[in-house]
Amino acid sequence: MEKKLYTLIVHSENIAGILSQITAVFTRLQVNIESLNVSASSIKGIHKYTITAYSDEEQIYKISRLIEKKIDVLQSRVMTDDEIFIQEVVLMKISTPVMLNNENVCKTIREHNAQILESNHTYSVVTMTGKTDQIMDLYFSLDEMNCVLQYSRTGRIVITKSTEEPLSDKLAKLERENH
Amino acid sequence: MSKELITGAEALMRSLQAEGTTTIFGYPGGCIMPVFDALYDYTRPENPIFNHVLVRHEQGAAHAAEGYARTSGKVGVCLVTSGPGVTNTITGIADAMMDNTPIIVIAGQVGTPAIGSDAFQEVDLVGITQPISKWSYQIRKPEDIAWAVSRAFYIANTGRKGPVVLDFPKNVQTAKFEYEPQTVDFIRSYTPYPTPAADQIDKAAELINGAKKPLVLVGQGVELAEAREELKQFVEKANLPFASTMLGLSAMPSNHPLNKGMLGMHGNLGPNVKTQECDVIIAVGMRFSDRVTGRPSNYAKQAKIIHFDIDKTEFSKNIPADVCILGNCKETLPMVTKLLIENNHNEWIESFKQYDQKEYDKVISAEVHPTTGPLKMGETIAKVTKATGNKAILVTDVGQNQMMSVRYFKFTEPHSVVSSGGLGTMGFGLPAAIGAAIGAPDRTVCFFTGDGGLQMTIEELGTIMEQKTPVKIILLNNNYLGNVRQWQEMFFNHRYSFTPMMNPKYELIAKAYDINYELVTEREKLDAAIDKMIKTEGAYLLEVAVIEEVDVLPMTPPGANVDEMLLEIKR
Repeated sequence: MEKKLYTLIVHSENIAGILSQITAVFTRLQVNIESLNVSASSIKGIHKYTITAYSDEEQIYKISRLIEKKIDVLQSRVMTDDEIFIQEVVLMKISTPVMLNNENVCKTIREHNAQILESNHTYSVVTMTGKTDQIMDLYFSLDEMNCVLQYSRTGRIVITKSTEEPLSDKLAKLERENH
Repeated sequence: MSKELITGAEALMRSLQAEGTTTIFGYPGGCIMPVFDALYDYTRPENPIFNHVLVRHEQGAAHAAEGYARTSGKVGVCLVTSGPGVTNTITGIADAMMDNTPIIVIAGQVGTPAIGSDAFQEVDLVGITQPISKWSYQIRKPEDIAWAVSRAFYIANTGRKGPVVLDFPKNVQTAKFEYEPQTVDFIRSYTPYPTPAADQIDKAAELINGAKKPLVLVGQGVELAEAREELKQFVEKANLPFASTMLGLSAMPSNHPLNKGMLGMHGNLGPNVKTQECDVIIAVGMRFSDRVTGRPSNYAKQAKIIHFDIDKTEFSKNIPADVCILGNCKETLPMVTKLLIENNHNEWIESFKQYDQKEYDKVISAEVHPTTGPLKMGETIAKVTKATGNKAILVTDVGQNQMMSVRYFKFTEPHSVVSSGGLGTMGFGLPAAIGAAIGAPDRTVCFFTGDGGLQMTIEELGTIMEQKTPVKIILLNNNYLGNVRQWQEMFFNHRYSFTPMMNPKYELIAKAYDINYELVTEREKLDAAIDKMIKTEGAYLLEVAVIEEVDVLPMTPPGANVDEMLLEIKR
């Protein structure tokens, strides 16, 4: 079966140990996590996990079902790239002397709509948001000019394109049923 | 007026009492001592709130809790210490997870300031048990005790049942606080009894009404849901033949006219062959385990499959389902039954008989009614079940004793099979039999074991001695690890690598534990020995010297199609 990059969006209660329960499902099936982002969601007390992994369709749905089975997991959804808006953030520390001596460095930063957050005599900090390939294009361009000192990229964060909000709907339904 | 302050240990006692706990299987140790100190007051002869069963090894506590849960319908509770105490329960927790048995393991833990310091008898219990339990939680403050205990019971005993682990640090056990009882009966992220889709109910009824050759597969889910009567009405209204998984065997009486026996690798020939001929399979509370399906890619390809289950992750996990009915089968079966037409499948049902006869002629006759040669497992089991009027609880260990027992023991009562199904845990039987007997004190418990499995947890004879648990132990002694020997014979060219086993003198062991004992080596003495065992009050060890090299048949070899059952093995 063909493997492609899938995104899982998981919502859980904010209880210690949920992340290890989620990652244990990937471990059990020996699937590498490509990226992982965890943060509080817009709903109080609920955390959101955005996980990407290369998998085939059957396997990723199996993973999702096993994750959703965990007691404190509210929902797990499998998404493909055409169903979501995707963003990542990169931070790069680049050499200020190289930047000043090579006009193409600044030109490349401008062309990628990246920003300089901080600059001193030794280094400058560049940031940009975008999709993986856009970020990697900036990195490779700057790296070719031998100016990259440090590089750090987040996992992807996503929101769905759908007009439905299944988790909010589910929680509202539960509230109605229990009051 | 000052409010009452109590310790965390006392709060645990009150919380367990509030949940209706009456029996605890446990073993004390350093980090659980405050709890055992509180327990002392709850087990005083003048006011015994709890019956604490002191096992001889923590693995025994977990399996005994499983046996207790399976026969009583209540949650089995274990109480053990930290570190090695609780790691000894891991096999039982995993076993309970595989077989959906509601148990709660409460373990001591080092004090919270010492957690992570590699303190004496510290182990990362939550980390270890998360993948093999339904819920694993560390109680970090005394105010959480009532909530955590109630939540543990709610999770263990609802939905798809299973084990829960509570990690209880020592300083939380000793901390004093104002206790307030709590009841958890709702968790927003957990839907134990989901609502089935109406269209799936309709589709199921339509398929069943149109079926010419239907076959119902009955799993333990029917027993766990207490849906015996609902299943009976379902199969009888539409005249549906059924067969059971090993753990579903007592969901319906063995002698029900529509009962076609047991599914699986060592199941009956008829239902396994007919699986490949039927046009509609209706699976109720079973999970299409590899032991039932044989080669899954060729399993019932000709049939439409309707799957009733309480856990949606089971749908199409192993075998693709055409109709999925999510929910508690106690509720979903009547929904479908209501839409069924009264039907007649007599010709189809009749067609099982030729296979029943073939199996009888080739396998059962020689196993159950031999007239010469050494004693057989099958004949022993058949005589024991008959001696109990088919009303006893069957407990098995794992291996040939297990397969023979479930093949030849018969059932009239529900909750009568206690065996390690999914995990296949040797050593499960003896402690599980203790728990089973305590969970159903009015019933006879017959525990069949082999010489290998008995020796794995033989220390629990001490528990039987102390508790005076009336377990009838039937040791089918063949001086081999019989099942592995059979596979070595069949698939490893008769190379019996470490399967012959030297045995101790069980008579002396029984005597040491003050347990009644008899050895049977001759066929003529078997009936009388069984009769004496059943009529003797209290525990009994009946050692039966059975044929050493025997094969459990029929058998679907691993990787074969489910209907490719061997009825004989050429030696």
